[in-house]
Amino acid sequence: MSADTVAPPTGRGPSTRETQTPAKAPRPGDVATKVWSGIWPKLLAVFLAVAIWQVAVWSAWKPEYLLPSPATVFSDLADIVQTATFWEAMGTTMQRGGVGFAFSLVFGTLLGIAVSQSRILRAGVGSMITGLQTMPSIAWFPFAMVLFGTFSPFAIMFVIVLGAAPSIANGVIAGIDEVPPPLLRAGHMLGARGINRYRYVVLPAALPAYLAGLKQGWAFAWRSLMAGELIVQLPGEFSLGGSLSKAQDTVQTDDLMAYMIVILIIGMAVDGIFSAITNRVRARRGLTGFNR
Amino acid sequence: MTSISTSTSGLGAAATAPQPNGVAPIAVDIRSVSKEFGHGAAHTVALRDATLQIREQEFVCLVGASGCGKTTLLNLIAGLDKPSSGVIETGDRRVALMFQEANLFPWLTLDQNVELALKLRGIDKPKRRARVAELLELLRLDGRGKKRPHELSGGMRQRGALARVLAQDAEIVLMDEPFGALDAMTRDSMHDELERIRREVEMTVVFVTHNVREAVRLSDRTILMESGPGRVKSEHLIDLPRPRHMEDPQVAERAGALTDELKDEVRRHVR
Repeated sequence: MSADTVAPPTGRGPSTRETQTPAKAPRPGDVATKVWSGIWPKLLAVFLAVAIWQVAVWSAWKPEYLLPSPATVFSDLADIVQTATFWEAMGTTMQRGGVGFAFSLVFGTLLGIAVSQSRILRAGVGSMITGLQTMPSIAWFPFAMVLFGTFSPFAIMFVIVLGAAPSIANGVIAGIDEVPPPLLRAGHMLGARGINRYRYVVLPAALPAYLAGLKQGWAFAWRSLMAGELIVQLPGEFSLGGSLSKAQDTVQTDDLMAYMIVILIIGMAVDGIFSAITNRVRARRGLTGFNR
Repeated sequence: MTSISTSTSGLGAAATAPQPNGVAPIAVDIRSVSKEFGHGAAHTVALRDATLQIREQEFVCLVGASGCGKTTLLNLIAGLDKPSSGVIETGDRRVALMFQEANLFPWLTLDQNVELALKLRGIDKPKRRARVAELLELLRLDGRGKKRPHELSGGMRQRGALARVLAQDAEIVLMDEPFGALDAMTRDSMHDELERIRREVEMTVVFVTHNVREAVRLSDRTILMESGPGRVKSEHLIDLPRPRHMEDPQVAERAGALTDELKDEVRRHVR
């Protein structure tokens, strides 16, 4: 400020009025309480599910070899995870899931960007993408097996991509469509034109919807993968879906249920990772509710 | 820009209106500008035959009820929209626009928001860093740079938006009711900030508001606009001494006179 100007006496005062109280630093006790408050309902739900299962076993509705007790299944699970075959199956399945999802991500993202940018593509393909999502992935398998061969891992990949890519593409399209126009105008005035418009405004603004699309895409990919491994079984190969099928054939219900638990846990864990990333991104933008 | 239009067409007041900075070059030259939207039943004339010259370093307020075309005119000057007819010239001057909502990018911190404006002008990184620090200090936002927009109060967000506008180093700054969403106390302090910054940074300001008193408080010249269709009604030189305050009797008096002139218009709008 130059020497001849007199700072208005109100200059400093009002600005302190706007000062917001900084967010309270969480104490360790608060964190523990918060974590516990998030966990106990889940534990209760699991407990209730196991309790119902146990009651069904006690009722002797089915013989024990068809409906084993929770204790039997969990001890079987503890044995299974110590076998090399389990880890081989796990490796095969996770690799397929990862590669399939990666293909879906590339394909879905490119498709989404293309459709969001082209009026013709949107009119032609836009509604078809949503339509594809309603198609049960298992219905693709006969066609995929004819196309790629009955024992081909490509058949599984093909169905994963068809299942997951539409969700990812829809996430991209929704994200780009829903960029608030005021932000676009602000970006325009800052000189973010052409490619910079996308780099600095559109794509960052679309990120939360894109992440939601990825999360949904993963759910579809995982379902398609399990369906695929049940149907397309390669000789001499272990996979989680294949192990399910084998346990069914040999009526090893305890194995069957143990693998189901593994499949459930993996699906939930990956979903949880996506949720954590999405929540973090949303929280950084002030998009989460006041109670978080 | 060579010619200074003294055309009387469309605006009787333009030719006779007293001009401050009479010798300064014209920064914004608006000649017979109209803007229409829609077709058929949806057709509306947002702005009819507006003529207005704004000189360099001048602070001009556009005042009027909703629908008088003031925001339309601002968007036309900003180049966000094209006039249906007429010409708007700003020469090769850079134009920046500040909105009622700060419109800072929520995925960036305050630092990064201001820095992006510099980055998009092609300024290299070390210079950007220094300039961001300078601007945040000027806006009394030092220490807030790592905050995200949602972690700032409304007043701080608007000061951040102003820092971003200054980072664009624009000769012409357009402001669309920038303090309209702030409480009275914060707004008053923003008026002081704006006045202080204008003493340090040279810029021509076109400021849109529906608050007549705010216009008298801030402007060198106030343009009254009326709606249905939007047009320029009259121009008023505000030659009150500075610093001014919203509560000053002179400010209130001038605002009262202008409000009387707008009253029929406002009544029509309310009805």
